[in-house]
Amino acid sequence: MQESLRRNAFVRELLSENQTLRLFIITALIFVAFSLLLGERFFSVRNLQSMAVQFPEFGILAFAILITMLTGGIDLSIVGAANLSAIVAALILTRLSGDGGAGVPLEATIPLAMVAVLAVASLCGLFNGFLVSRIGITPILATLGTGSLYTGLSYVITGGPAITTTQLAFIGNGTIAGVPIPVIVFIVLAIVFAVMLNRTSFGFNVYMLGTNPRAALFSGIHNERVLMRTYWLAGLVAGIAGIIFLARANSAKPDYGATFILLTVLIAILGGVRYTGGFGTVSGLVLSVLSIQFLSTGLNMLMLQLSGSSAAIFFRQFAWGALLLLVMVVNYYVEQRRQRST
Amino acid sequence: MSDAIVRLSGIYKSFAGVKALQDVSLTIEQGRIHCLVGENGCGKSTLIKIIAGVYPRDSGSVVINGREYEDLHPIDSIREGIQIIYQDFSLFPNLTVAENIALNEELAAGRRFVNWRHVRKVAEEAIAQLEVHLPLDARVEEMSVANKQLIAIAKALRQNARLIVMDEPTSALTEREIRRLFTVIRRLRERSGIAFLFVSHKLNEVLEIAETITVMRNGQVVSSGSAEAYDTARLVFEMTGQRIAEKAYDYTPDLRSPALLRVEKLSVPGALHDVSFELRPHEIVGVTGLLGSGRTELALALFGLLPIASGQIYIDEKPVAIHSVQDAIQHGIGYVPEDRLTEGLFLEQSIGRNIVVRTIDRLRNRFGLIEPKQVAQQVNDWIVSLRIKVADPALPVKTLSGGNQQRVVVAKWLASNPRLMILNGPTMGVDVGSKNEIHELIKKLARDGMGLLVISDDIPELLQTCNRILLMRNGTIVEEILPRATNENELAAKLIED
Repeated sequence: MQESLRRNAFVRELLSENQTLRLFIITALIFVAFSLLLGERFFSVRNLQSMAVQFPEFGILAFAILITMLTGGIDLSIVGAANLSAIVAALILTRLSGDGGAGVPLEATIPLAMVAVLAVASLCGLFNGFLVSRIGITPILATLGTGSLYTGLSYVITGGPAITTTQLAFIGNGTIAGVPIPVIVFIVLAIVFAVMLNRTSFGFNVYMLGTNPRAALFSGIHNERVLMRTYWLAGLVAGIAGIIFLARANSAKPDYGATFILLTVLIAILGGVRYTGGFGTVSGLVLSVLSIQFLSTGLNMLMLQLSGSSAAIFFRQFAWGALLLLVMVVNYYVEQRRQRST
Repeated sequence: MSDAIVRLSGIYKSFAGVKALQDVSLTIEQGRIHCLVGENGCGKSTLIKIIAGVYPRDSGSVVINGREYEDLHPIDSIREGIQIIYQDFSLFPNLTVAENIALNEELAAGRRFVNWRHVRKVAEEAIAQLEVHLPLDARVEEMSVANKQLIAIAKALRQNARLIVMDEPTSALTEREIRRLFTVIRRLRERSGIAFLFVSHKLNEVLEIAETITVMRNGQVVSSGSAEAYDTARLVFEMTGQRIAEKAYDYTPDLRSPALLRVEKLSVPGALHDVSFELRPHEIVGVTGLLGSGRTELALALFGLLPIASGQIYIDEKPVAIHSVQDAIQHGIGYVPEDRLTEGLFLEQSIGRNIVVRTIDRLRNRFGLIEPKQVAQQVNDWIVSLRIKVADPALPVKTLSGGNQQRVVVAKWLASNPRLMILNGPTMGVDVGSKNEIHELIKKLARDGMGLLVISDDIPELLQTCNRILLMRNGTIVEEILPRATNENELAAKLIED
């Protein structure tokens, strides 16, 4: 009995205790598995570069899910807010500096567009924060509603078609010291979020509020303010993602990245963020973003190799849903075991 | 000796290297009322969970009804007639009394449709067995704690209980409800031969109801035997390993000095009306009354959690408006809430985080970032100064015993230097040793100049710690009592008077 207990303890440690280590191992395993399966098509500088420009789009959005989930909420409006931001930026850029535009120099228009994006994204986030913290609407419903609202606004502004502009392509395709700019944005956000969550009192309060809002109230934490700021930040993150959308796709449209919501929720859950709030780390999230990108590219290549068609894109949708459910079920059993043995 | 329901011998259990139980042996005989006493953290709860099959033991043997179990699962324990009633009762608040009592059985019978007439009949029988009156169609969430407990007992009876284990059954009951519970327990023992394992640290109750007593300390059984051999002094000595004599807090405030807190004609519709009193530095003022007397509402109103309809609060003789917890904190008020688990603690978070939650803003370096070294230092200082028993401050606070959890809540507030502390049930669910230490702490804080409001219905506690006691009834203060001018019986009588 002693012996089996000790062995169980070891398995347990591997399974659940050191989550970051576990995720690191999983990420590395996925990478190695695809490298072996697909050989040079996967494990090559070209493919690595191609993956590096893909993951920041949804990877950045995942930070918005992280912070809202830490408070026990969620923000389903981020894709809507990101597209609205991208459309506002594209409008400003094309109307002021585009062909047949007002002829304002691009050097002046770009900062203006950025400021406008941050303003729009802030408004989107603050509106969510208002609904959640002041009115007390359940975050999942509030942001489902506002997400639709923001997407609807985008349609009203554009009338449907995409607004095309290559003026931000230098961000989407550019590199600094060989590193794609979107990746740098992702890294900077990761650092900012890690510092904010671990080393500021706001971050501390986010974790405490997410664990027990009632105890937070009784401990003098300004719950409303913390929630307001959380959703505001989620909005800002969506705005930054919107700029990356525009810079990468060279166009802004209301229905871009519709699958990103499910994907970012999957990333958060896979990265060990507890959807009931209070627990989750930036390192877990980053590793999760990477493994999702490896899986995405790897599965794509595999499907192409097997079927020779582009049906892969539909299969991926299926795979994300299945993976999300699988991770939740595994988490449930890991948690059960932990409860029984401690 | 074949009439033992449960026979444990040589049980060992540790958690992450901390020994919770060491060589524990316990025999529970049929039809006896067995009390298990000990301080928080002594291993009582762990032992119950081993009997329930919730925790696997590290070593030792478990024999139930003569059958040895290698690996006891909760389902085995239930099948053997062992029913555990935890402090939260595990009832469904949204279902009716009858449903709660009878549904388990309906489910077990595997019926596709619920036979409501049968449900009612089963529930009626179970309640009749207790000889109490409970409304069958009322929803459980509308019932008092005492009634929920009776429902839990009735439910246990329906599952052919032969041993009912009750964890701290009296901690949230009034004097009268405790009497009723004891009557029910005695009746069940006599008529149905059901054994009870009663876990408690209210010693007078233990001595009243127990036939057999087992005392635990630091994960070991100190002594076990017939209840006649025990008295309060022996129990306290064996539980704590020392003799404790508390000295009352005798302090006469200077009535000419300015009051720290003055409340004038405070009213909250439906909860308080015309409450007026003063609190001076160095004073410990008790507030007592039955549940629903307004004692908790008074605390909530002073802490900004209950809007005040009329009346005025003065701090340092200056009128203040307290509309939020932040306002209360600004005026130097700290509040140790009634319900430690939901209001006082962030159970899943670490002990350390729970201690610094109020003061995290002060633990920052010159860049405005939290300094882990300072955090660790403060956590450590409070663990040492309040003698919180902690294996590792990074562990979740829920791993601590009740007394240590309460100290964490107190530490959280003390860290922010309040001038006035409201403690609501400061020693509820706390064992004798910790209780005394918390009382000493309260007195020390008062001697150092703090003003304290202690809300409690623990009569010895009020008499030993307070220099004045305010008695509340129906939302108002009806009497001010000086501890030295009264005694336990007199105060108890006043408390339940209508």
